[in-house]
Amino acid sequence: MKNPLDSLWGTVISGLVITLILYNIVKFALQ
Amino acid sequence: MGDFIQLGIGRWIHILAGVMWIGLLYYFNFVQVPALADAGKDGTAPGITKHVAPRALFWFRWAAVVTWLAGAMILGAHFLDAFLFLKAAYYPIGVGAWLGTIMLFNVWVLIWPNQQKILGMKPATDAEKAKARRIAFLASRTNTMLSIPMIFFMVASGGVFRTAVFG
Repeated sequence: MKNPLDSLWGTVISGLVITLILYNIVKFALQ
Repeated sequence: MGDFIQLGIGRWIHILAGVMWIGLLYYFNFVQVPALADAGKDGTAPGITKHVAPRALFWFRWAAVVTWLAGAMILGAHFLDAFLFLKAAYYPIGVGAWLGTIMLFNVWVLIWPNQQKILGMKPATDAEKAKARRIAFLASRTNTMLSIPMIFFMVASGGVFRTAVFG
């Protein structure tokens, strides 16, 4: 499997996925 | 007056230095790395590695330090509330602060020492340079990736913005 960080789009999409995951964790923790 | 300096001036410096840090990070990833790949083909890469990269790295690594210190100053007495997630109100900024701290670690422990080998500021064999190039590249890409959630949590941590994002 290719490392997503080898491409700029892979890097940006990975960042967006992490944002979504962390957002949901924090949102859940704040309820 | 204390709040003016800690929160007002502190946040101003935090954002000024942060723009320089992340701006240069994006310059490295979106501009310099692809440019070096092309410059290597026509022999113009030394112009970038000799004159541009060392200057960009200087402002990059010190802006990272100033950003982190100003961030710590803004948190002040709530530093541990954020970093140890002790109070719910500090959860969003705590996540942003941890991401920023991991990124600062990457700058000083992974990117800068390896860039010194790549740019010939430190002695290194060709094999060591090749390894350093891969480590510095991945650490820089990791920081670009982490900057996306980091900035999200920074801008969604205060006042009306926090209410809008987290309710």
